[in-house]
Amino acid sequence: MNQHTTTLLVVGGGPGGYIAAIRAGQLGIPTTLVEAGELGGTCLNVGCIPSKALIHAAEEFEKASHFASGSALGISVQAPRIDIGQTVLWKDGIVARLTGGVAALLKRSGVRVVKGWANIVDGKTVEVIRDGESPQRIGCEHLLLATGSHATELPFMPFGGPVISATEALSPKTVPGKLVVVGAGYIGLELGIAYAKLGAQVHVVEAQERILPAYDADLTRPVAIALKGLDIETHLGCSVLGLDEGGGAVRIRNAAGEESSLNADQVLVAVGRRPSTRGFGLEKLRIDMDGHFIKVDDQCRTSMRDVWAIGDVTGEPMLAHRAMAQGEMVAEIISGKRRHFSPAAIAAVCFTDPEVVVVGATPQAARAQGIDCIDAMFPFAANGRAMSLESKDGFVRVVARRDNHLIVGWQAVGKAVSELSAAFAQSIEMGATLEDVGGTIHAHPTLGEAIQEAALRALGHALHI
Amino acid sequence: MGIHVIKMPDIGEGIAEVELVMWHVKVGDAVTEDMILADVMTDKATIEIPSPVHGTVAMLGGAAGQVMAVGADLIHIEVEGEGNLKAQAAKPAAPAQPVAAAPVPAAPLVAQPASPAAKPVPAPAAVSPAAPPAAPVAGPARVARGPGERPLASPAIRKRAWDMGVELQFVHGSGPAGRILLSDLEAYVARGQQGASPAAASGYRENHGEQAIPLIGLRRKIAQKMQESKRRIPHFSYVEEIDVTELENLRARLNEEWGRERGKLTVLPLLARALVVALRQFPQMNARFDDDAGVVTQYGAVHLGVATQTDAGLMVSVMRHAEARDLWSCASEIGRLADAARTGKATRDELSGSTITISSLGALGGIVTTPVINHPEVAIIGVNKIVERPMVRQGGLVVRKMMNLSSSFDHRVVDGMHAAQFVQAIRALLECPAMLFVE
Repeated sequence: MNQHTTTLLVVGGGPGGYIAAIRAGQLGIPTTLVEAGELGGTCLNVGCIPSKALIHAAEEFEKASHFASGSALGISVQAPRIDIGQTVLWKDGIVARLTGGVAALLKRSGVRVVKGWANIVDGKTVEVIRDGESPQRIGCEHLLLATGSHATELPFMPFGGPVISATEALSPKTVPGKLVVVGAGYIGLELGIAYAKLGAQVHVVEAQERILPAYDADLTRPVAIALKGLDIETHLGCSVLGLDEGGGAVRIRNAAGEESSLNADQVLVAVGRRPSTRGFGLEKLRIDMDGHFIKVDDQCRTSMRDVWAIGDVTGEPMLAHRAMAQGEMVAEIISGKRRHFSPAAIAAVCFTDPEVVVVGATPQAARAQGIDCIDAMFPFAANGRAMSLESKDGFVRVVARRDNHLIVGWQAVGKAVSELSAAFAQSIEMGATLEDVGGTIHAHPTLGEAIQEAALRALGHALHI
Repeated sequence: MGIHVIKMPDIGEGIAEVELVMWHVKVGDAVTEDMILADVMTDKATIEIPSPVHGTVAMLGGAAGQVMAVGADLIHIEVEGEGNLKAQAAKPAAPAQPVAAAPVPAAPLVAQPASPAAKPVPAPAAVSPAAPPAAPVAGPARVARGPGERPLASPAIRKRAWDMGVELQFVHGSGPAGRILLSDLEAYVARGQQGASPAAASGYRENHGEQAIPLIGLRRKIAQKMQESKRRIPHFSYVEEIDVTELENLRARLNEEWGRERGKLTVLPLLARALVVALRQFPQMNARFDDDAGVVTQYGAVHLGVATQTDAGLMVSVMRHAEARDLWSCASEIGRLADAARTGKATRDELSGSTITISSLGALGGIVTTPVINHPEVAIIGVNKIVERPMVRQGGLVVRKMMNLSSSFDHRVVDGMHAAQFVQAIRALLECPAMLFVE
């Protein structure tokens, strides 16, 4: 049997795993990374990056279509068309460039990448299986589990045929005439909106009474309005019963118990993601679990010594940037540095149209924690740059403690607000107060002015409203 | 004339009260800048409060022995021109606390009286950095950290605190909203160092300092090796005393005769020679035990490990083929390897592959040691110091030079009797050094 030993063995080459490996390599820790699929994991291959590419393409196409029916800007075009095959090729090109970049970075840091499926033998040994090759045994001092997550399947409507997950939805061969999206969370809405812009007739079914149920109603209202504008029909408070017999429609039942069916060429199931904890021998370690997740402490240590876990497999929020920060930290701890995972806030961005950003506590959450807080929002309707971008819907909202004005949360909804997440997260990590942000000159004319104005409004003296 | 107020400073440590130990001034006294006004004390340190201004003492805020709240008025000094009682807004005392902010619970007194004579403050830009504090005057409005509340600090400060081994929850934050600034962290660490000096009160104070030192680099390696050895190997130790009078005579003689040309000999080369000769009879001691595979490998070559203390920690440098070296070749090789190890120039080869190891602390050798076997070897010979002792020889007392050898063996593969016989063989050789050279 093929055999080698290393100091750090990373299982999974997603954003958490590859960052951990690169940082470990930089720190001189002999590191091996095992990945069964492509480097970059869900994020680069079938998640963040390709979805943003598809969303961008859909947006451009929709813009052109919009101009075809006349525009206030005075632009007109002839009926635009989209070659979806070419769009997917372009998207795949971006993905290939990024995954290739990850491979190059790993190589430069001296990380040994082993392709194949990892199977844990014990806390210090992993066997890697690859078709047509004899298994390879890798011994290590530290084992880092970064196996990520996968789309949750509905038992009564498994993936296959017309029922697809986000992975398939990101590589369409054709745009379906009718698409039913199950789940109005961020994945369902991002893709639902993109498909609607590409010309599909989209229905969204959600069991709860609101879209984006993780966010508050004020924040999701502009998104709900935008869905109407795109002729996306939402079926809230409805549960999905399954496909009808012919397989061409989805049967649903509303809160009143009435059943109906929605015609569908394709059904996108986006009801959440599950940690990937099966199929690689994790159970042999008998480490402590936290529900479906692997239980870790604030240094990402599992209950077994020198076995670490990061990213989606360790719990919410399942976000690439959380996994990356954890991966970097674990590498540094192994190198002998003292580190803890203690972010003040982790930004969550929803790339719907308009976009939604949440960093830190919402007013409701802050009050639920017993914080006496003030909050204030500044609408983009009063922001010059937003007007010039034709996106007056939305706002920036700040939440701060009443006693010392420490900012504890930011929320925003509007076009392109995802980029504001940097400013939001930084102000919270730095421990900024309302006066700090209010006293910082924000460039005019930018959407960022709304950040300053929200802070000033919370202090009782906004200037533009 | 104005009044300059000095408030009870926040000495950090997360406490709300400070004891006023002693006044150096009384009402009516003229004070000059930097003159000591009072001594205040926390449970950690006594601190002198200097005057930042010239003037006359107008009021004392408390009597000696009184415990005062942080932020309470300590002293009023009448000064030329405007005092700070009028210029509240320009004082750094309440950074970022807009007048609208709720009173700070921990130090109600510090909530600046909305300065009766103050000009209306334009814009609540209370953050405006006022003139830097001239002296440790009035502490900033303290923000009491509630139970379970996280200390507020930027990511850079958090990282630095971890590196320094400082728990931020014990550091007072002087920034807006109680944010811990770099200066707070540095002050905390500096105070910790001061606290360790006997300057404060007496050397018999309780010391609550602690320092966590991460094991990195060589230290971590040493720890792992030692742990590995003790975890895997059941050590059997055996101590025997050796009369080295003859050996020392021989050594003195050799050094006298040849020292200038060939270099001085220590006991080590002689001991190495004794090992080489004794190992011919006991090859099982010159071995490495691969316990995972269950194989003991005996070696013809004697690659002698010599434990060497370096600045970075303990290292074992390896003299290859001790069996092929005479005393002086041994001596010069041991010297060369020790230098290489100490200057960090030793190669991998010179630090690995030994088959048996000698550990000697020279003059610090003590009476007995319990050497830890250099895993995966099976034996280690520890050398203790040479002392003159009264011994009984043929019924009479004589003074002899005595040295103990403390040796450890892997009891899984070396039986106690063989270990004893081996040490006795070494003893016989050392006590009658001519035997060392019989081929």
